[in-house]
Amino acid sequence: MDDLYEWFRDFYHTTGINLPFIYDSYDRDRMIDGFLTTVELSVICLFLSVVIGIIGAWLQGSAFTWTRRIVSGYIQLFRNTPPLVQLYFFYFAIGSALPRVETEWGGQAPMLSSFAWAVISLSFFAGAFNVEIFRSGIESVPKSTVEAAESLGFSRLQIYWDVTLPLALRVVLPSLNNNLVNLVKTTTLAYAIAVPEMLYVSAQIWSDNVNVPEMMIFLLIAYFVLVGILVWGMNRWERALKIPGFGS
Amino acid sequence: MSWSDKEPMISVRNVHKSFGDFEVLKGVSFDVMKGEVICIIGPSGSGKSTLIRCINALNDINEGSILVEGQEVNDPKLNKLELRKKVGMVFQQYNLFPHKTALENVMMAPIRVLKEDKKEVEARARALIKKVRLEGKENAYPGELSGGQQQRVAIARSLAMKPDVMLFDEVTAALDPETVGEVLITIKELAEEGMTCILVTHEMGFAREVADQVYFTDKGLIVEHGAPETFFENAKDPRTKQFLSQIL
Repeated sequence: MDDLYEWFRDFYHTTGINLPFIYDSYDRDRMIDGFLTTVELSVICLFLSVVIGIIGAWLQGSAFTWTRRIVSGYIQLFRNTPPLVQLYFFYFAIGSALPRVETEWGGQAPMLSSFAWAVISLSFFAGAFNVEIFRSGIESVPKSTVEAAESLGFSRLQIYWDVTLPLALRVVLPSLNNNLVNLVKTTTLAYAIAVPEMLYVSAQIWSDNVNVPEMMIFLLIAYFVLVGILVWGMNRWERALKIPGFGS
Repeated sequence: MSWSDKEPMISVRNVHKSFGDFEVLKGVSFDVMKGEVICIIGPSGSGKSTLIRCINALNDINEGSILVEGQEVNDPKLNKLELRKKVGMVFQQYNLFPHKTALENVMMAPIRVLKEDKKEVEARARALIKKVRLEGKENAYPGELSGGQQQRVAIARSLAMKPDVMLFDEVTAALDPETVGEVLITIKELAEEGMTCILVTHEMGFAREVADQVYFTDKGLIVEHGAPETFFENAKDPRTKQFLSQIL
């Protein structure tokens, strides 16, 4: 490993291409932390946004007018406003309105960290789109299939969970895939509220080392690979869910 | 829980049903005794399907009364689960769950709705699949089965709930002529075992063979009914005669 680090240090001296996040242990550690923060933020938001999508789409089928109105209000709000504005709103407007808590050193700290606000904000943002995505899939499930389940005594929730949702999921995977890809890329907005994710760390590194072009190229490649892994996983999932004789 | 032979198992009284301004059922009454096989025939749009869909509350009715083993179906506080445990239904389009294998289709409702033990249900489901002559197709998905095979799985799926009465809604209408026979044999066996059956059908030969009573509906009313021999040989009403002359 040390040989590799030295090679990159020499590479910098001979070519002028500076990649300190490889050879410099301090930069390397913060880059690893940043990368892991991005992965963690992405995974949590992916999961929560899908949960929001599933629950929201269920509530949209509610018999209560007000439940449906609240869900569509939520969708309108989060779809028609920029995610950066949402993030600022959560962090600065709501975050500052919350009481502060005492830290272990006796100081004062916000109740929720910037990471927590990023999770909340981005999950609701992507979740709004996921509700619409799941709803479109639910509408594609034939009413007669639902009736068959009804006639067997399934409750509304059982029908949703056992019949409608599994069938809808198979229809919506491509569009869900798109939205989740967007979500991973949108995690870079967390930079704006100082969540030490990959873009934030890169900015610190390029400020210290003045190697902006190198960091930009690195970021492009890093996100390309990260999103590539997600797409690969989603495609595998899509294949695994394929039913003989169903769909195309 | 066995219903006595003295009282009608199903008692339909003066049932009215409208879709918007269109009155589909204009006061229909009939009784079904335990173990009886009833065939409902009549031209398209005469309300046959609507009538049997009302019996298991897939459609609600505007006026009248439907008693299923003494339980009033036309009741806002109807316990649909209790009703649907008693009444099985098979549809024209089979309506199997496409993401579940034949065996899983049969097992799903007893496990999820009746909360029965999985092992017992599986044994019962395998026996039912054998009964409908689909041994070896347990692990096939609906999309891999022919129409007739799917319809027999659908019958097995309903029987798995151990219903007291079976409703068949034009169950052979969507099938290829060569597969109609295999489904009819299954139904005939059920009828011979003493299952109470209400069939909406266009298979006159079959109705004649299995029915205890044949009902002819036209424009939302029961025009005429009788035992099959008298019904088919000596129809009284001109509408019945005209319909039979077109069909036979």
